[in-house]
Amino acid sequence: MSATALHDDHAAHGHQPGFLRRWLMSTNHKDIGTLYITWAIIAGIEGGVLSMIMRAQLAEPGNTLITNGAAWNAIVTSHGLLMIFFLVMPALIGGFGNWMVPMMIGAPDMAFPRLNNMSFWFLFMGFIFVNLGLLVGVGSGIGWTLYPPLSDITYSPGPAVDFTLFSLHLAGISSLLGAINFIATILNMRAPGMTMHKMPLFVWSILVTAFLLLLAIPVLAGAITMLIMDRNFGTSFFEPAGGGDPVLFQHLFWFFGHPEVYIMILPAFGIVSHVVSTFSKKPIFGYLGMVYAMVAIGFVGFVVWAHHMFVSGISMDSKVYFEAATLVIAVPTGVKVFSWIATMWGGSVELKTPMLWAIGFIFMFVVGGATGVVLANAGLDTELHNTYFVIAHFHYVLSMGSVFAIFAGFYYWIGKMYGQQYNETLGKLHFWLFFIGVNLTFFPQHFLGLAGMPRRYPDYPTAFAGWNYVSSMGAIVSGVSTLVFFVILFKIFTGKQKLAANYWGEGATTLEWTVPSPAPHHTFEDVPVIR
Amino acid sequence: MELAELMKQSTKYGLLALGLITAAAAAHPALAASLPKNSAGFTVHAPQPWEWWFQPAASPIQKSIDWMMQFVLWIMFGVVLLVAGLLAYIMVKFRASVHPVPSTTTHNTLIEVIWTVAPALLLIVIFVPSLNMIYQQSNYKHPYMTVKVTGHQWYWEYQYLGAKGVDFTSYPIPPNQLKPGEIKQLSVDHPLVVPANRKIVFQITSGDVLHSFFIPSLGVQRYAIPGQYWHQWTKIDAPGVYYGECNQICGMNHDNMPIEIVALPMAQFQAWLAEAKADAAQGDVPPVHKYEVLAEAAAAKAASIAQPHLALASNASN
Repeated sequence: MSATALHDDHAAHGHQPGFLRRWLMSTNHKDIGTLYITWAIIAGIEGGVLSMIMRAQLAEPGNTLITNGAAWNAIVTSHGLLMIFFLVMPALIGGFGNWMVPMMIGAPDMAFPRLNNMSFWFLFMGFIFVNLGLLVGVGSGIGWTLYPPLSDITYSPGPAVDFTLFSLHLAGISSLLGAINFIATILNMRAPGMTMHKMPLFVWSILVTAFLLLLAIPVLAGAITMLIMDRNFGTSFFEPAGGGDPVLFQHLFWFFGHPEVYIMILPAFGIVSHVVSTFSKKPIFGYLGMVYAMVAIGFVGFVVWAHHMFVSGISMDSKVYFEAATLVIAVPTGVKVFSWIATMWGGSVELKTPMLWAIGFIFMFVVGGATGVVLANAGLDTELHNTYFVIAHFHYVLSMGSVFAIFAGFYYWIGKMYGQQYNETLGKLHFWLFFIGVNLTFFPQHFLGLAGMPRRYPDYPTAFAGWNYVSSMGAIVSGVSTLVFFVILFKIFTGKQKLAANYWGEGATTLEWTVPSPAPHHTFEDVPVIR
Repeated sequence: MELAELMKQSTKYGLLALGLITAAAAAHPALAASLPKNSAGFTVHAPQPWEWWFQPAASPIQKSIDWMMQFVLWIMFGVVLLVAGLLAYIMVKFRASVHPVPSTTTHNTLIEVIWTVAPALLLIVIFVPSLNMIYQQSNYKHPYMTVKVTGHQWYWEYQYLGAKGVDFTSYPIPPNQLKPGEIKQLSVDHPLVVPANRKIVFQITSGDVLHSFFIPSLGVQRYAIPGQYWHQWTKIDAPGVYYGECNQICGMNHDNMPIEIVALPMAQFQAWLAEAKADAAQGDVPPVHKYEVLAEAAAAKAASIAQPHLALASNASN
């Protein structure tokens, strides 16, 4: 055993840590990235199972499955929190960000390896606590937006809500430490010659995301701290009876919550840019436009938050301002979409699995963006706010936007990360099943919303039964596609291929394609020089 | 008017084309059906099976919302179609098998300026009419009457400001007690009674957690926030029954605090209000589940029509 290890490439550069030491105390950006991705998959499975339960319940009218409204609310809340904080963010930022950013900028590792390790374990503990919030008592049925007074101790007694709030503190600290780490790494550890304007777009997307996290998370932390104080220590920040204001919480929450939307989509933009460029065998069209579109989205994303509150406590003039500012975001987003199209234009396009996910992303994201422009209209939001139209909208940008990009990144990089290629046929099958499934699930929800079906309902008037049934059928198709994904994973982990360093060929030009596949434990013993 | 109708129909079909999977529903007969009427001859404004557009607009606000929605969706439909077309063209014309040598173009200042400026102009086209909508919806001055609406876990309370003592609660009818003509999760014991064709302001607040007062066919929605009063107005075009629901998560019975509004012709409303005030003066609380007036209207208008009883008429014996 030790004899073979000595001949191993990596062993020559230091000791080979044992299993526990390697995975519990890791300071290696690739191992930590793997931990993040693994945990994202686990949380994704849990969040997915919760959504299957919800679709089963909603398949027909009548409380057939979840008969307790409080339990239903706890499921709704946990589904949202799990998918946002424990699937999308860990996969995109902690997972692909950790794995790829240091390699893409020619750095040996992240700037603060131990901080990196801490980030992951904070997230892990957050995951434990979000589950306590789901399982203790009747669970915390306050919605992922956590609005008081419902989340106050009077209306949500018991420790479940405290667990949920604490879980967000932990996930928040995790993100914050991660953000600091990414900013320090990207600003200080680029290889010689890699100027800011030569950085790959995925690195740019993570940099902008890290700044969004740095500025948004503390506001969330403040808001939930005040909420915890209101619940347990007799303050009344948000309690009208004590001079507090429930609308204040909404402002604070969405000051975090709207940038959070871009935190979940910007890294997806980065991944899609790489995939589109690679499989078109063309450099990115309008690189600078792409970079500053992301920076612009980041800036504007901070000044639009109250468009989530058009029917809450805001005045007419505020509505006018927040609608105008929100519409502005469509411009840089349009720049990105058209630049992806122009990147493919005139290229030599190969429709491999990652490219299918990327093109699917672009189209579905535009559909979700279109309904986003609809919802930006304060006057229309009067009718659409909190209806299934909103549910359809944000699942088009999340379930088909961010998640499509996560799968694009997974199929694009799995060979680099694990050294085994996925099965192309199964990969395409996975894509098409998921594509059909999510569209079947979420497109009819537009109709439900237009007809006036409110969100977070465990049961509904019989008139809504038809489209709900179609939607639930779609969920079954998505569920089956996930089983295909597990088969793909199994085949990857049992594969015995030898992969070239750059298995995508001429289109893949970033630095991670210059190191072997799988990428060795320590990359860049010699500092790469970028011309 | 014809043009507006044409536009609306084509919007529907545009949406349908977008959701190829749902195409089967296009031929569904329910779409052509008009709104049902209750035994008093009033139109029932509730969601319909397989509905895929707004409930028919029954107030000036909802009419503007309906128009604006079509306007914005048409524009966005064009954008989606453009992107879909370009992507399809790329996948056909630039696949590796037919286009093996990629171009090396990475910049074109003109086209980048165009795709920045054109969407911006499009957004201005959307923004200007939507501004009018915000002003229209915010203008709650000079109402005929104001109703204070208070959300509670899990019922609504309606207080008629200016009509002394008229203040009552409105609970849903439990599913096992529904009478013919009543709708599960929408019908209530004491609907809010208002006059048709008059400007009504809802002064919305809450007694506990957040709720949202949402009536889709009237274009009314506002959060009920404890300690605050927010105003939303409507003017109901015609007598009828209008249904809505609580639309902000408010605890375990969030899906069970519906809103039912009965709009009466002015004379009938005044008769109803007089009676409600008289009841209130005698201390009958709640005084307002007497629907004799409505039942009379039902008798006059539709006595001979053999139809299931509506919620209102069936309560007449109370």
